[in-house]
Amino acid sequence: MEQKLKTDFDKFISTSNFSNQEIKLKKQALDNFLKNGFPSRKLENWKFSDINQIIQKNIGELVFYNNYNIENEVNDDIFIKEIEHNKIVIINGKVERLSFEYEESDKINLTTLDNFNQNPNEDNSLLSLNNSFSNKIRNILVKKNYSFKKPLIIYQITNEKVSNTNINFQLNFELEENSSINIINLSDDNSEKNFINNLYNFNLSKNAILKNYKIDKKNNTNIKYDYSSIIQKENSISETFIFSSGSDYVKNEVNCYLEGKYSSAFINGIHLLSKNKNHEIRTKTNHLYENTKSYQLIKSVIDDSSKSVYQGKIYVNSKAQKTDGYQLSKAVLLNEQAEFNAKPELEIYADDVKCSHGSTSGSLDEDSIFYLMSRGLDQKTAKELLINGFLLDVVEKITDEEIKKLIKNIIGLN
Amino acid sequence: MRDKQIEDLKDYKYGFSTDIESFKAPKGLNEEVIRFISNIKKEPDWLLQWRLKAFERLKVLKEPDWQKPKYPKIDYQDLYYYSAPKSFKEKPKNLEDLDPKLLETYKKLGIPLQEQKRLNGIAVDAVFDSVSVATTFKDTLTEKGIIFCSISEAIQKHPDLVRKYLGSVIPITDHFFATLNSAVFTDGSFVYIPPNVKCPMELSTYFRINASDTGQFERTLIIADKGSYVSYLEGCTAPMRDENQLHAANVELIALDDAEIKYSTVQNWYPGDKDGKGGIYNFVTKRGLCKGKNSKISWTQVETGSAITWKYPSCILKGDNSIGEFYSIAITNNHQKADTGTKMIHLGKNTKSKIISKGISAGKSDMTYRGLVDISKNAFNSTNYTQCDSLLMGNKCGAHTVPYIKNKNSNSNIAHEATTSKISEDQLHYCQQRGLNQEEAVGLIVNGFCKEVLQQLPMEFAVEAQKLVGISLEGSVG
Repeated sequence: MEQKLKTDFDKFISTSNFSNQEIKLKKQALDNFLKNGFPSRKLENWKFSDINQIIQKNIGELVFYNNYNIENEVNDDIFIKEIEHNKIVIINGKVERLSFEYEESDKINLTTLDNFNQNPNEDNSLLSLNNSFSNKIRNILVKKNYSFKKPLIIYQITNEKVSNTNINFQLNFELEENSSINIINLSDDNSEKNFINNLYNFNLSKNAILKNYKIDKKNNTNIKYDYSSIIQKENSISETFIFSSGSDYVKNEVNCYLEGKYSSAFINGIHLLSKNKNHEIRTKTNHLYENTKSYQLIKSVIDDSSKSVYQGKIYVNSKAQKTDGYQLSKAVLLNEQAEFNAKPELEIYADDVKCSHGSTSGSLDEDSIFYLMSRGLDQKTAKELLINGFLLDVVEKITDEEIKKLIKNIIGLN
Repeated sequence: MRDKQIEDLKDYKYGFSTDIESFKAPKGLNEEVIRFISNIKKEPDWLLQWRLKAFERLKVLKEPDWQKPKYPKIDYQDLYYYSAPKSFKEKPKNLEDLDPKLLETYKKLGIPLQEQKRLNGIAVDAVFDSVSVATTFKDTLTEKGIIFCSISEAIQKHPDLVRKYLGSVIPITDHFFATLNSAVFTDGSFVYIPPNVKCPMELSTYFRINASDTGQFERTLIIADKGSYVSYLEGCTAPMRDENQLHAANVELIALDDAEIKYSTVQNWYPGDKDGKGGIYNFVTKRGLCKGKNSKISWTQVETGSAITWKYPSCILKGDNSIGEFYSIAITNNHQKADTGTKMIHLGKNTKSKIISKGISAGKSDMTYRGLVDISKNAFNSTNYTQCDSLLMGNKCGAHTVPYIKNKNSNSNIAHEATTSKISEDQLHYCQQRGLNQEEAVGLIVNGFCKEVLQQLPMEFAVEAQKLVGISLEGSVG
């Protein structure tokens, strides 16, 4: 693999036009990845789902070279009709369209970064892989006191032109003081057996508000790793919603750094799995300052021989007094082959805090099914009704009404 | 200088050591030492081979390093693996034959053996360094057919039982410290309860680490045959030492059909001084196997001592309808560190487990609850309930919760909850208003916090443990 990585990297650099600074950083990142390789079970973070093994088993030999010079056609049919929205269309890791037609153009600054962040990563070699092979990194800056009028929908598309390929993509958002943005991240995969590695960086200044909704619904055989880093200053709010269902393997990682007082982070997620899927959510909320708050709610419905994993960590350093942290994960196993693993973790170094977590897993409540059946529903409908209610709990946490409605439509929960 | 030493000694109530000449194996860990230990204990050949096999395995094993509390590297070649008080080369016949100095030591610890025999109704198998000193109350137990003796004695007298069960729960292929113990274990307790016998008294062992530089490698084996019941107590204190002392014991419990074992521990080993110097490394492997149907194993622990406590008393619920329980209080103060919890492995149908863990950290200490609940594919209709609460005192300490939850059976339910908080100002205020000083108020609240676990302890222990909770937190308030 090492040789393959090196030749693919050389080919990639020679066919792209990066500045010397970028090439230097990319080389460093590659070296770091070569040193560590794909993460495996040996690392605590990957204990429950060994991505190295999964890639080997499902894809085999990966191609790391991705030709960003190919033009991909954007098909307007895929766009959401229900609501007016701004668009970013990404096809096979390349930004094909950026349109902020509903916004004031002088309030947004679009740039590319040539000095990318090597990330505050904790031995995460996939971030290094991303840094070394991703295309030019776009940075979207929302200026002071500006709130997006319409949501931004990021269409993350793969088409049949790629297979057995590693696609790396990176996007940066910077929210200045008092600004706000709503983002919907919609996956649309028409390809098979790729390893897609996404990295999102969000930087929230004072009073900024970020709402980020991620939806992976379409069935496909891709393997996905999705990493978000959210840095939050005073009074800022971040809301992340994850609906994870379609791809064969997905690991969503959300890292929040609550650096300013009164900042808060909310992460809600759904795993709706059937067949032979393996999905994981890992959240880490770092409480680094006084009076910060975080809340996580993760629900899984697992059928057939699927596997759902939740790893959640609340970290409170000694400065972060008056922290309020809460975490709840619930899972329903519908089949004997289904599996749920959880590791809700608290790491606390301050005494004046209120932190708790809960985790439950088991079958659907027999009494509830019985009750519904005694009211005339058949067993299947009764179960569906209960599952719907179980998951709706998470969807209802979405604070934007319009988007909530849209998401309910997309994922088919009413 | 001397005054200071005395001052230091005062801090630790049990900080003293008796100077009995020790009979030691040469320093170091090698085949000769293992042969030496085996030889001096007149062990049969199969056991020697078993030890050597463990030692072979040990050579390829690496010391684990995933735990939260880190410690300086231990030089295993610089330890003594066997030491026995010299006057014990020939075993005493009864208590009166004991070295008076040794008896004195026990007196300071609060267990006057002779009196205990008459008054307490507890049989004590006291382990001093690595050789069993005396075993009391044999007669009452013998009448019922209960075997309660040192493991060395059991190897001589009941080799079949030992051979059948030794290493059946903690095999020699286990992790580093367990395997180290298998290779070099010196002594420990052996209990066998015959079918349908309820052990009429609490069985108890006092461990005591004495000789300097001696790692303690105890091995305890408890077998409860069909329909029997036993409650076993383990309590520890250790004299003050400057260098760190390693303690890597193995405890194996086996419960057959309808049997129940209750294992309680109060651990108060020397925790090191205020600056974190010295103290015991308590790296113990405790594992219980619910082998038969309807069996039950219950662990209760009060952990207040040791510089580093690193242990996970576990239950393997193999028999159908078996039950595993774990009740724990862990208190760390000053520079103490603890990484403790349990593992509940559900294999049989209708198995149940319950985990109640209370952690209190004060001073500059660090405490971690780490636990595993694993419900396997065939463990139909199993349930687990876990609750772990942590209390923090001051902002220089840490409290962490790291539960691993694995559910592979859709008919089984797992519920887990954890909280971390501090003592509420309101409660403190209320108590102080009623005339308690701050320290008393904290003691009262902490006792309430621990009540759920304390009430699981046998009477004799509960009182001691309650006191210990208070003593452990002295000086941590304000």
